[in-house]
Amino acid sequence: MKRIDCLRAIYPELDDCAVVTIMGAVAAELYSLGHRANFFYLEHAMGLASSIGLGIALSKPSRKVVVIDGDGSVLMNLGGLTTIARSRPKNLVHLIFDNETLLSVGGGAPGGYKWFTTATSTGSDLAGIAKAAGYPRSQLVRELGDFEEAALDAIKGDELSCIVAKVDAEMPKSFLIDVHMLENRFEFPRWLQSKGGVN
Amino acid sequence: MPVSVANSQLVYDAMKGVGVTLVSALPETWLVHLVRMADDDPEMTLVRLAKEEEGVGISAGAHFAGVKSAMLLQNHGFLQAINGIVGVSLLYKIPLLMLITDRGSFGEKDPWQTEGGKYTRPVLDALHIAHDDLTRPEEVQPKVAKAMTLAHSSLSPVALLLQRDLMWEEPK
Repeated sequence: MKRIDCLRAIYPELDDCAVVTIMGAVAAELYSLGHRANFFYLEHAMGLASSIGLGIALSKPSRKVVVIDGDGSVLMNLGGLTTIARSRPKNLVHLIFDNETLLSVGGGAPGGYKWFTTATSTGSDLAGIAKAAGYPRSQLVRELGDFEEAALDAIKGDELSCIVAKVDAEMPKSFLIDVHMLENRFEFPRWLQSKGGVN
Repeated sequence: MPVSVANSQLVYDAMKGVGVTLVSALPETWLVHLVRMADDDPEMTLVRLAKEEEGVGISAGAHFAGVKSAMLLQNHGFLQAINGIVGVSLLYKIPLLMLITDRGSFGEKDPWQTEGGKYTRPVLDALHIAHDDLTRPEEVQPKVAKAMTLAHSSLSPVALLLQRDLMWEEPK
């Protein structure tokens, strides 16, 4: 399963969602489908995309928040899963692309070390960890159809959900994001705060 | 417990006075009343963290949503959160109010608290994070207000260091 195909499958449904992605391949591929003001790409601070998503979800309870995470980032903030689980925001969907490598921090870069695997490559089960942390819904998917069904269900649903998608450790076609970090940083909250007073 | 309830209340009221409605925290002795006050307050969202760095992300998310927040932490919690402070608050220019109980200075009886306090100011200075001490009750409200003002005008983290003389009442 390819990350870009997963993103393409959910892209139309992200219209009204506050979307927070991790750095690297995930951000670049979402951007490549077409940037929107409701996408925030966290280009550093691995692990904190989900914490940012939690802060938004708690502050805007009627706005759906979609965090698009990765195995390497999640493994840097496993405790954060327990914080999210105990806060249990109904409007938070936590998607995790698990390619079993630290692809975007050199594990897959040109001339980089191929591959710097993460512990999910040797059996650590992020869907199981999220479930055990207390996420009311957590699921592992390996097929595009299953991902699409689970992700759309979660985005339309009303419960904290985690979906871990096993994807190929494949580089994006380009890492280019032609929106400056600071432009993105100011554009995103402007969108978030101006949506017709929706809290 | 000789943590000052009255002065904890002053700090809490000052936070609320500047519009804080979300607090993330990891407790330590001096913070017990502040955390309890946040927990008891139906107008306050209290997020109990597993590790302090998460709080930097949560505060950033709250800021994006237009909500004012604060972090309650201790010296070691601040040291733990450095990567988030650099990679989120400083890199993305996001205001962050940190209330740090400043352990390990004169009067500290706990040997394990004597190291982290030594590095808090130098690290704040190294990161060019504006900071000030909260020592006397009458300076709490104005300094919290000024700290919040600077955080939002400079789009930066700011720190207030809660001192022993404010937070701790020696048993008589």
